[in-house]
Amino acid sequence: MKLALIAFTIAAFAQVPYERIRDAAKEPANWLTYSGNLQGHRHSPLTELTPANVGALKVKWAYQFPGGRNQTSPIVVDGVMYITSPNRAAALDAKTGRELWTWDRPIPKDYQSIGFGQVNRGPAILDDQLFIATLDCYLVALDLKTGQQRWEVKVEDYKPGYSMTLAPLAIKGKILVGVSGGEAGIRGFIDAYGSNDGRKLWRFFTIPAPGEPGNETWAGDSWKTGSGSSWVTGAFDPELNLVYWGIGNPGPDWNGDKRKGDNLYTCSFVALDADTGKLKWHFQFTPHDTHDWDAAHVPMLIDAPVRGQVRKLIVNPNRNAFYYALDRVTGEFLAGQSYAKQTWAKGLDDKGRPILIPGMDPSEEGVLVWPALNGATIWYSPSYSPKTGFVYVATREAAATYFKREAEFKPGTFFAGGGERRIPQDEQWGAIRALEPATGKLAWEYKLLSAPWAGVLSTGGGLVFSGSNEGNIFALDARTGKPLWNFHSGGAVAANPISFAIDGRQHVALAADRVLYVFGL
Amino acid sequence: MKFILLCLAAVPIFAQGAHDAVADLNIGKRVFDSQCALCHGPDGSGGRGPNLRKAKLKKAPDDEALRKAIADGLPPEMPGAWQLSIREVASVAGYVRTLGKVVVEEIPGDALKGQELFAQTGCSNCHIVSGKGMGNGPELSAIGTRRSAQHLRESLVTPSKFLPDGFLLIEVIDAAGRATKGVKANEDLFTIQLAQPNGRYQSFNKAALKKLTRVTGQSTMPAFDKLPAADLDNLVAYLASLRGTE
Repeated sequence: MKLALIAFTIAAFAQVPYERIRDAAKEPANWLTYSGNLQGHRHSPLTELTPANVGALKVKWAYQFPGGRNQTSPIVVDGVMYITSPNRAAALDAKTGRELWTWDRPIPKDYQSIGFGQVNRGPAILDDQLFIATLDCYLVALDLKTGQQRWEVKVEDYKPGYSMTLAPLAIKGKILVGVSGGEAGIRGFIDAYGSNDGRKLWRFFTIPAPGEPGNETWAGDSWKTGSGSSWVTGAFDPELNLVYWGIGNPGPDWNGDKRKGDNLYTCSFVALDADTGKLKWHFQFTPHDTHDWDAAHVPMLIDAPVRGQVRKLIVNPNRNAFYYALDRVTGEFLAGQSYAKQTWAKGLDDKGRPILIPGMDPSEEGVLVWPALNGATIWYSPSYSPKTGFVYVATREAAATYFKREAEFKPGTFFAGGGERRIPQDEQWGAIRALEPATGKLAWEYKLLSAPWAGVLSTGGGLVFSGSNEGNIFALDARTGKPLWNFHSGGAVAANPISFAIDGRQHVALAADRVLYVFGL
Repeated sequence: MKFILLCLAAVPIFAQGAHDAVADLNIGKRVFDSQCALCHGPDGSGGRGPNLRKAKLKKAPDDEALRKAIADGLPPEMPGAWQLSIREVASVAGYVRTLGKVVVEEIPGDALKGQELFAQTGCSNCHIVSGKGMGNGPELSAIGTRRSAQHLRESLVTPSKFLPDGFLLIEVIDAAGRATKGVKANEDLFTIQLAQPNGRYQSFNKAALKKLTRVTGQSTMPAFDKLPAADLDNLVAYLASLRGTE
């Protein structure tokens, strides 16, 4: 009883209790979780910046990260910005960019990133701790005020290829993480840890073992090396108490010969009970994927009318070039259509399963398919604006010739079974697209010179922010897609934008190459 | 050829990590044809990337360096083949080494006479050789290491057959109706920078232009298809002799 009382007291005085994150819309000056809210919207309700004044936006400060190109999505709370880079975190004065504290953890000499860049996509915050997932597959809790390490937990062994690049997801009393390693023949999972002590609460394996439902979708022992990574932060519905998470490609990526079947739960969204990690439902976008089209996306939870009735939706512009609207209570497929060029499916059937065009699997000689392996969109975030009612997605228009090769499994090495040769750079392009959420129908697009690597932020003032490979950080009119403001950052943009307020003034932050820029009027 | 193949196949190649990998030249050729030939040419004689039909590769002096270059890439131009297995990397490396053993082709023609012709025909108005000339076209100081004689010959006769990367001709008309032509030096979403024939750069705000035309599929280089056969041989011999500071 006494212990419980102490625990209650700590929670009551914690700086960022769960309720603040759950009710993020009530305090738009802060950016409290990876996507701005638990529903995955990456939308800031702030209204100071508008189409009329955004042209005057200026750099307020910049922060130079150590190391290479940065993909962090900062957290901002009560005047402090928390940022990450691989195995490193820092707290900055959000007014000036000056460091308040830094923390780092050495990357082991024998660590190797198998199939992805050495990046970190951001921290999570809960109560009075900051959480970071490390490349060597540890989840670490830091003291919010000082950056001192409180606890660490080994999520998995990095040597066979497990790693973490994602921002953890903080919900009530729990920190959730997923793993990278889809090109190393891992067996993926989503883990929940107690936020106070790092105790493992549950693990959901993304590849079912023999005897579990779904294992029959893997021929022979192929499930053992089935991959199914979980490398992008999920979303959470507090009312339904369901966690939603996107699952990566099956292994080996481009050679499906030995893993006949649908290969559940790869290339799927899964809905898990937040208390137990038990599967409530799943929806597979790309059964038996052979093109590396991970469903590693931030799920977006939206309530919107479908055929005259407001439904609880989960929507996703997928790497496979189709847009999906599902019922998030049941996983039922409601609508979908392609939102980018694709040449692998005639369409979706009434259950949302792709109707395949024969001959589009990788081969020895190579087969040209839209989209390329990085898909029509990838890990970076889409955005949903409740103000305009549009879903915004940075879309990639590129094709590749896909090859099938031998696939030999050795723990800690590539287990890819092929590759791609992309069409020439000047034939690839991109666009910021605004889609209607219930159908995926195109409302407008703003063309980009090349296939983008940056996410999208929408704001209550009616703007959409993103960045280009050519170094532009830009603002569009959220209703029309008209370009309104541009800053040349000097480096390719491959991160997600956020917005927050300091002293009542709205700011926008976005990393370009290894510099974080913060803009304001 | 068979001898080389057998010898190579028998030698274990120590690749990254603790794993041994044996090169299989058939696998190496298959991967090379599909993933390397786009830049290095189907026969390895070069294209966007350098000619690999050489006994010594500048950036891959030994087998370990070659395998590392294949696996990790050589930034910024050459991407790493991260998706290849260790055995595939070793096989591509083995195959690339066999390319270097090919006898260099005999080129008819007199390189000295070709050099004179190069000066007389005004090639230097667009191309730089050893620091001399204008850079409106690709630098040729080491073109002999990057292109086969056959490729050079075809480029002279039909320049539009091999359009070099990074030399896109742009025509713009500004708000006042002034037309400007130039080679694209850079471009982002909002601006474009052109290199003009006089060597000066001009920058334009795209929203302020009346018209912007990308002249694709054409080369600004005149075709040397009327050149007497002996002159063409001499010119090719000269270009093939340009090997930079190697």
